[in-house]
Amino acid sequence: MTHLIEARDIHLAFGETPALRGASLAADAGEVLAVMGPSGSGKSTLLHCLAGILTPDAGEVRFDGERIDTLGEAQRSALRRDRFGFVFQFGQLVPELTAEENVALPLLLNGTRRTAALAEARPWFARLGLDGLERRRSGELSGGQAQRVALARGLVARPRVLFADEPTGALDSLTGEQVMELMVGAAREQGTTVVLVTHEPRVAAYADRESVVRDGRATSLSAEGVAP
Amino acid sequence: MSVPLTLLGLLEREPSHGYDLKRDYDAFFGRGKPLPYGQVYATLGRLARDGKVVAGEAEPGDGPERKRYVITEAGVTEFETWLTEPVAPEPTLQTVLFTKVVLALMLGRDAGQYLDTQRAAHMRRMRELTELRRTGALVDALLADHGLFHLEADLRWIDLTAARLDALAEAVRP
Repeated sequence: MTHLIEARDIHLAFGETPALRGASLAADAGEVLAVMGPSGSGKSTLLHCLAGILTPDAGEVRFDGERIDTLGEAQRSALRRDRFGFVFQFGQLVPELTAEENVALPLLLNGTRRTAALAEARPWFARLGLDGLERRRSGELSGGQAQRVALARGLVARPRVLFADEPTGALDSLTGEQVMELMVGAAREQGTTVVLVTHEPRVAAYADRESVVRDGRATSLSAEGVAP
Repeated sequence: MSVPLTLLGLLEREPSHGYDLKRDYDAFFGRGKPLPYGQVYATLGRLARDGKVVAGEAEPGDGPERKRYVITEAGVTEFETWLTEPVAPEPTLQTVLFTKVVLALMLGRDAGQYLDTQRAAHMRRMRELTELRRTGALVDALLADHGLFHLEADLRWIDLTAARLDALAEAVRP
């Protein structure tokens, strides 16, 4: 079976420092996969390789059966724009834009006309409990609100894969769980695969399964057959 | 905390007298609650009856009993099965996790593999509780939260222990 997104035996070093040493990982369509591991284990680097932000020194990265690690920067950039969505630890909203313009941004970058893009962005505000905040700028939003705006931006273009790197890392635990609830709910509704990097077990427990990265290698473990 | 299985583990290391077993049990697992001699010999007696250990001839010497106990094939199998099975992920079982890790290290077994299996079992239980928390009544969610926080504490311990296995192995091996 072909996985939707897959890393096969990838290696990557930053100068003399190896970050990934033969990491393999795969997620299927519609699956929510948590990538866990201690700080410095390589889990964010692995996510960046899967998302085509970094290219590995060795090994393969495939999306929908096609290799993407061999693509040029322009093609990978187009892939990230058209097929992938992103949510990072700190929302990284564009401060000069309003919340609704931030949500509409991926559509605008895809060439959608402004009025159509904003029309598509607006329903996300009610959906994520952000009613009335459409015209605010990022400085006027709380951490939880900003992260929900970032989540809407990550999902608005209906990406095949949403990459989320410690999306609750800057939030208190209650707000973080609200964001997770919304993220997983919305992703499942539209069939988006989620690759979620986190070091928090309570966040990872929203995923269908988890993979653990240790010393630049990933292991997927199943607890099937284990006493409940 | 399973005294019979822990004694089997100590015997898997080397044939021992009851006295040695008590001393090592108290040093590693007693935590301020020494094992009474009576319980050591009663446990060894039951293990011998069930064919898990065999007792050698009584040896001359001072003290109550001087028999050397040896683990049998059946005893090894029972101990190994127990050692490799993850504990059901419930709160308050920390002492069993701890005992399994120390015994695995003491015997040169793959403690890292055990911790990985345990982590997977814990995560599976956390997913079940998260689902209960999402879909259940408020009281269920409250109970699920209680379980989730305890399991998370276990997982932090599992991660920290996994990161220090080499140093721990040196500390517990003779």
